[in-house]
Parts: sequence; C-alpha cells; structure tokens
Amino acid sequence: MIHSGTARRRLIAAIGITGAAALALSACATSERGSDTGSGKVGGTFTFGAAGAPKLFDPFYATDGETFRVSRQMYEGLVGFKPGTAEVEPALATKWESTPDGKTWTFTLKEGVKFHDGTPFNAEATCVNFNRWYNQKGAAQSDAVSQYWLDNFGGFADTPDKPSLYKSCTAKDAKTAVVELTGATSQFPSVLGFTSFSISSPEALKKYDADNVVQAGDSFTYPAYANEHPTGTGPFKFGKFDKANNVVELVRNDDYHGDKAKLDKVVFRIIPDETARKQALEAGDIDGYDLPNAADWKGLQDKGFNVAIRPAFNVMYLGINQKNNPKLQDLKVRQAIMSAINREQLVKSQLPEGAKVATQFMPDTINGFNKSVPEVKYDLEKAKSLLKEAGAEGLTLKFYWPTEVTRPYMPSPKDIYGAIAGDLEKAGIKLDTVSKPWNGGYLTDVDNGVPDLFLLGWTGDNGTAQNWIGTFFGRTDNRFNTGASAWGKSLADALAAANSEPDEAKRTQMYSDLNKKIMEEYLPAIPVSHSPPALVLKKDIKGIVPSPLTDEKFGPASKG
Amino acid sequence: MLRYTIRRLIQLVGVVLVLSLLLFAWLRSLPGGPVSALLGERATPESRAALTKQLGLDQPILIQYFKFLGRALSGDFGVSNGVQPGDSAMEIFLQRFPATVELSVFALVIAIVFGIPLGYLAAKRRGTWFDNSSVIGSLVGVAIPVFFLAYVLKDVFSKALGLPSTGRQDAIEATRVTGFFTLDGILTGEWDATFNALEHLILPALALSSIPFAVIFRITRAAVLDVLDEDFVRTAESKGLTAQVIRRRHVLRNAMLPVVTTVGLQTGALLSGAVLTEKVFGFAGVGEALALGFERRDYPVLLLLIIMATIVYVLVNLLVDLSYALIDPRIRAR
Repeated sequence: MIHSGTARRRLIAAIGITGAAALALSACATSERGSDTGSGKVGGTFTFGAAGAPKLFDPFYATDGETFRVSRQMYEGLVGFKPGTAEVEPALATKWESTPDGKTWTFTLKEGVKFHDGTPFNAEATCVNFNRWYNQKGAAQSDAVSQYWLDNFGGFADTPDKPSLYKSCTAKDAKTAVVELTGATSQFPSVLGFTSFSISSPEALKKYDADNVVQAGDSFTYPAYANEHPTGTGPFKFGKFDKANNVVELVRNDDYHGDKAKLDKVVFRIIPDETARKQALEAGDIDGYDLPNAADWKGLQDKGFNVAIRPAFNVMYLGINQKNNPKLQDLKVRQAIMSAINREQLVKSQLPEGAKVATQFMPDTINGFNKSVPEVKYDLEKAKSLLKEAGAEGLTLKFYWPTEVTRPYMPSPKDIYGAIAGDLEKAGIKLDTVSKPWNGGYLTDVDNGVPDLFLLGWTGDNGTAQNWIGTFFGRTDNRFNTGASAWGKSLADALAAANSEPDEAKRTQMYSDLNKKIMEEYLPAIPVSHSPPALVLKKDIKGIVPSPLTDEKFGPASKG
Repeated sequence: MLRYTIRRLIQLVGVVLVLSLLLFAWLRSLPGGPVSALLGERATPESRAALTKQLGLDQPILIQYFKFLGRALSGDFGVSNGVQPGDSAMEIFLQRFPATVELSVFALVIAIVFGIPLGYLAAKRRGTWFDNSSVIGSLVGVAIPVFFLAYVLKDVFSKALGLPSTGRQDAIEATRVTGFFTLDGILTGEWDATFNALEHLILPALALSSIPFAVIFRITRAAVLDVLDEDFVRTAESKGLTAQVIRRRHVLRNAMLPVVTTVGLQTGALLSGAVLTEKVFGFAGVGEALALGFERRDYPVLLLLIIMATIVYVLVNLLVDLSYALIDPRIRAR
C-alpha cells in the first residue's frame, strides 16, 4: 500500500495513462535515478518477490530460506562463501588458523568495522556472540528455535547430557579471537559462513533482550531484537517490516566497511502464490523472484527476463526404509531398484537443463567425491535377475510421494514419482502408492518410517562431505533406518571418524572411501539427480551472482 | 425481543465452546502437525520427539484442549508460525478482518442491487425472453466455480479494463481509522483513496458475488411469483390500488422474508467464497489467511479464524432473524 499523499501525486501524474502503465512508469522513474559508476548505477530500489514472510530477523533463530535471505543482506559472519561457489572465503575474519588437532582456531578479524548501531566489531564482540549461542536457555534451546546450533554444535552450556562441540571463545586482543572446540570437525570453520552464525551487535543484543524467547502454545514468540532491531555489519540495514502490506524494507548502510551497496533500498514483497509472483514480475511490480517453475524458464527468457541458473548443489534420492519389509535389507533388492530406474531418461524428461544423474549422494564439486565409483546404468534385465536371485519377485512396496510442494531438487514430485513408479513396475515390483501433503503428513510419515520408498533430497549448506553423507547416514536412527543393518553403526562411526580427522588430505580420502562403500556395499537409498535451481531477474538487475547455496548477496547488485 | 436476543447470544457461547473442542481435536488429528510445520525437512527423530514433548503434544487431547482454553480465555490464541510468523493469531484476525468484511459487503451489495430487482422483473415478465435469459444467467452464476471466475476476471478483464488485480497490496491507504479502506477514505476526506479502494474491490467482489447474486435472483423471482398468485394481491388490484403501491406494500414486502433469509445464509457462504477469491487475487483478508494457514499448517491461526468465522456467521443470522420482525409485523406481534 501507498500512503495517501504519495498516491495522490502518482494519480495526478498518471492521468490519461492506464493504472498499470502508470505504476510501471513511476517505478522506472524511481529506479533510474542516480549516477552510473560504470559497474552498475548507484541508487534505486530492488524489489524481490518473496514466497513467504521472514519469521524474524535474528538469523540465529532462523530456520527457513525466506528468513535467511533477508538476514544475509544485513549480517555477516566470520567467514563467507565465494560468490557462485561453496568455497569458504574471509568475511569479518581476514584469516584463520588451527592447531594440528583441529580444536583451537585463531581468527584474525577485520579492523574498522562497525555494527549498524555504531558499536565497534572486534574480538570481544565475536566472543559475546559465541557465548550467546552457547548459553541459550529455556524455550530458546528448542529444536524449533536454535535448530542450526543444535545440528552443528550440539548442546548448550547447561545441557551436560547433550555435549557441545563449542568450548570457549577468548578475545586475545581486539583483532584476535580464539575459539576452542571440544573436538575436531570437518565443518569448521565453514559452518561459520551459515547465516545463522552471523555476528550481531553486543549492545543491541543486550538492549533489545535478544535471548528472551518464550513458548506460546504451539509456537514461540521472539524479543524486540529479532522483530524490530536486527543489528549486524552488512551492507544493508533494517528499514521496516510493514506486516499489513507484506513488505520488508532494507536501506543502504552508508557506513559499510566494504564496497558500499549501490542500491538505496532492497524491498522484499511477500507474494505467496508463484503464479502471482510471475505476474508481478511481468507487470513490473517486482524485479525478481526465486525458484521459478522450470517449465516457465523458457517463457521467461523469451520475455526478456534473466533466468539465473545456480550450480546444481543438491541431490534428490529415492529413500529406502528397511524397517518394514525384510526384503529391502537385501543389498541385491536395493541394487535391483537402482538398476530398474531409468535415471538418465528421468533427468532428461523431468528436470531442467543442466540437471545430472547422481552417482553418489553429493555433487562432484565436494572433496571426498569418489570418481572411481562406476555409474549404474539403467538395466531392466539386470534388475529382474537381481530380484530373482534375492527371491523377491513380485515384491510389493509402499511408495510415498509428496503433494503441495516443490523443492529445488524436486521441481515436480508427481511427474518424478510417475517416472520412477513406471520403471519399477516394469521390473515387476508392485507399488502401493501413497501421496500426502508435504507438511500434512508426508514428512511425519517418512520420519516415522511408514513408507518403504519415498522421494526426498537435500540442498547443501556448505562444501563439506559431512554436510551431505554425514547428514544422511551419520546416525543409525535416520530416515533409512540403517540401524537395522549390520553395517549401519559402522557407517555412522566411520563418518564420525572422517568428520573429526583434522588432516584434510586424510579426511578427503576417508570420505572418498566411504562414498565407494555407500554406493557399492551399502546402498541405503538411490541417488537420483542433481538439479540446478534458478532465480529470475529483470534484465536491468546486475551484480547478483547465483549461488549454489542460495546465498545470493544483494550488496553488489544494481539496477540499470 | 431483548430476551430472545440474550438467549441467542448465550446459545452462541455454547456453539463456540463445542465447536472449538471439535475443531481443536480435528486440527490435532490432521496429518503433519505443529512439529512438522516447525521443524520441516531437517527434522531428526530426536528433534521431533523433543519438540513433541516440549509443546505438550504427547498429552491427552482433552488436557491439550483445556490448556488452550485457559490461554484463550486470557486472550492468548497462540502465535502464527506460517501465515504471518511471529504475529499473534488474534492480531492477524483483527488486521485482516476489515478487508474481508469490505470485500464481502461489496459483493453482497452487488448481489442484492442486481439480484432483487432482476428477480422481481423476471417474475413480473414470467415466460418472456428476459425471464428466460435471466434464469439461464443465474444458473451459470450458481454453476461456475468461484475460483475459475476469479481467474478469468483477473487474467482477462483486469488487463482489458485496466482494473487492478493485486488484492490490497498496492492499494492507496487513507489515514487509518477503521481499517476499511473505502470508509477511511470517506471519513478522512481522502477521496482518491476511496476511489482507488473501490477499483481494487471491483474484480474480487464481482467474482465473490456471482453465487449470492444468482441465489438471490432465483429466490426473489420464486418468492415474487408466489406472492403474485396470492388472493390479497388480486384484492389489492380489484380495490384499484396503483401498481407501485401493490408492488411496494404487498408484493415486495411479503416476498422479502425468504430473500432476507437467503441473504443471511449467503453472508455466511461469502466467507467460504472469500477463501478462494482472496487466494486468487492475493487479497490480504481472512480468507487468504485461512488458505495459507492450511497450506502451511498454521494451527493457531486456523483455529482462531474458523472460530471467529463461526461467530460472525451466527451473529449475522441472529441479525437476520431480528430483521424478520421489522419486515413482517405478524412476527413482531408473536
């Protein structure tokens, strides 16, 4: 919505022109002001169509993509990711080193950095943040609140039954912070590049009661810091969240320590319906949106929009749960399922251009990917023969697929299910099909081990093997119920050993060996594909680099 | 009349209590649940179990309900985790209710303004081409799905007529007094805001009015046909009363009772139509919040919005019942 005075001026200007054209023209008039620096014009507003409202603005408590997208424009972590890659690069820390055992990390911090409230960034501020994360209390310790901490660092200061990876942080001097861990992990320090572990202003944290999370019935309420006063060091500052009109506004941080943002403002306009987002883009109401339907890519390109395709940094797999059907505990049966699926055809017919057949549970850009693992080709006869050898002819399996969802790795679950189901039936496997809404029973049933086969996937958080195969098989009570297999525990233990190996070369070899074993000896699920998601932008939007981690920063962006 | 009104209001409390229990049990029994909604695909069995315990979802349903009731009585209906994350469910209702009321009233006005006169004329001209084509038109109105009509209006007529189809998001907002954009514009004298709000209402209200219009038209036509055959109309005609007096005093007044009942029922039905219309147009009202609530499994919001929709429905029908007395003196006498 627009306030009356402004609107009156716009209306006067729009006399004789259609309403839509007037809005588009006024938007252009606003966006094209400013000077051209040669690498993109300075000034203007970039309006991004978001699928949902951010839950809050304190990244530590964030758990969803829409919240992270807004936060990452305002905050920075000690490390970041090189644009367009999952490679770690310096951010608030200019360099770091660890002791040989991987337990003590010394970060050298950038100088001259200030938070949006003017508080200086230094080692003390860094340690305040680490200690804040570690000392969460009460409702804030919930899995629904501090999910990323729990997933990556374990427990808190007062949860001895759930030990933490974090031990301490010491400000050696103003620009040197020493972080001690209780054990080595391959994910450190890249985990500090997650938006969740961005550094906040200690003053603002204190002033706005940042840790005061309260459980309210089936949900949680968050303090003023998370709702109204997010204070980071990033190129944009919090402007406002106009809830009535579903608009979040960020403004340029003119005191930013690095290259200042070119845009005056970034506006996130919340449009839940994808068709409506597309129409808003075409009408010129927004400048871009995320995850356009792959079927629309060509049409959008033909209309002159820039479909920015991200590197495929995800995996879609056919999950196999060995819990309910003993036949699935036989490797030959799982191999038969893999041979029965024509993944090449599926990738060609169901996934966007650039998608690839997955030979392992992680992309080939990650250290630990094993190039010697042979690609398993579609072979219907082999599948039938393996089923026969296993005495599993006429096998009946409960196959789940999700409705009311698209994921970056799974653009059209129904079509993907259809393709896989057709192949399995050709091999003589009978399917008892169940479709359920993603949040309306699908995930719950998958987690409760109800289906035998299910479609799921993963988008990587960082470039470590642990973030992929460690997430899938690093525990025995996982979605594949690997604990029921003789090898489930040893696989989990081997992954833990690889994760805690401080020597990078050794660690890479360990993961590489494990990938081979997973594919040739265990096969707990069937990796299907790596699929590139995209975001769509107007042609005049420059400087946004598609990120495999969906970690796009709008700081370097310009309009025109 | 007062005692009747009070009795109906007491009944309303009972209805709401029973309904809230049924709703609560139903929402809790839906697949998915708050744990899935909060944890998403990154959940682990351990995190699921911990959150289930923390939220008290492992307790018997009655205990969960009474805990909810206790909080609700103190005004705490929970916090949204999907529609407008972080906002209280009541805040969301209060923020969006004016939009839905404005849309529904506008749709109802369209339905009444066109439905009653056309129904009357069709009855008066029974069997003519006007009557036949109006009846066919009303059949189409009833049969056409609201969401389909909404998409047609949005995708075709919006461009052709240059009317906005973007809900309320880019509407001009007058200085806020009531939250009703048209009314606020009138109250503050910001006429451009009123005009703009009406422009934003036209297409969604047209879509929403299709079914009530058709129903009101058909009921009016049938009721007027019935009354026209009554002896008292013939008596009035034989007394030499003018057509205008017969129409106003005898025909319309007697035909209005079923029409008013229909209007009351249609007001309730508008709420369900608003879910589809608001979703298509992205109109930020209660209907859109309900649709989003189901999509995102936002249980606190769903529970409150459905309860509030019930209260509104019951209150509207109470008003309809009370209006009978104004229309028909025979009811007043009883």
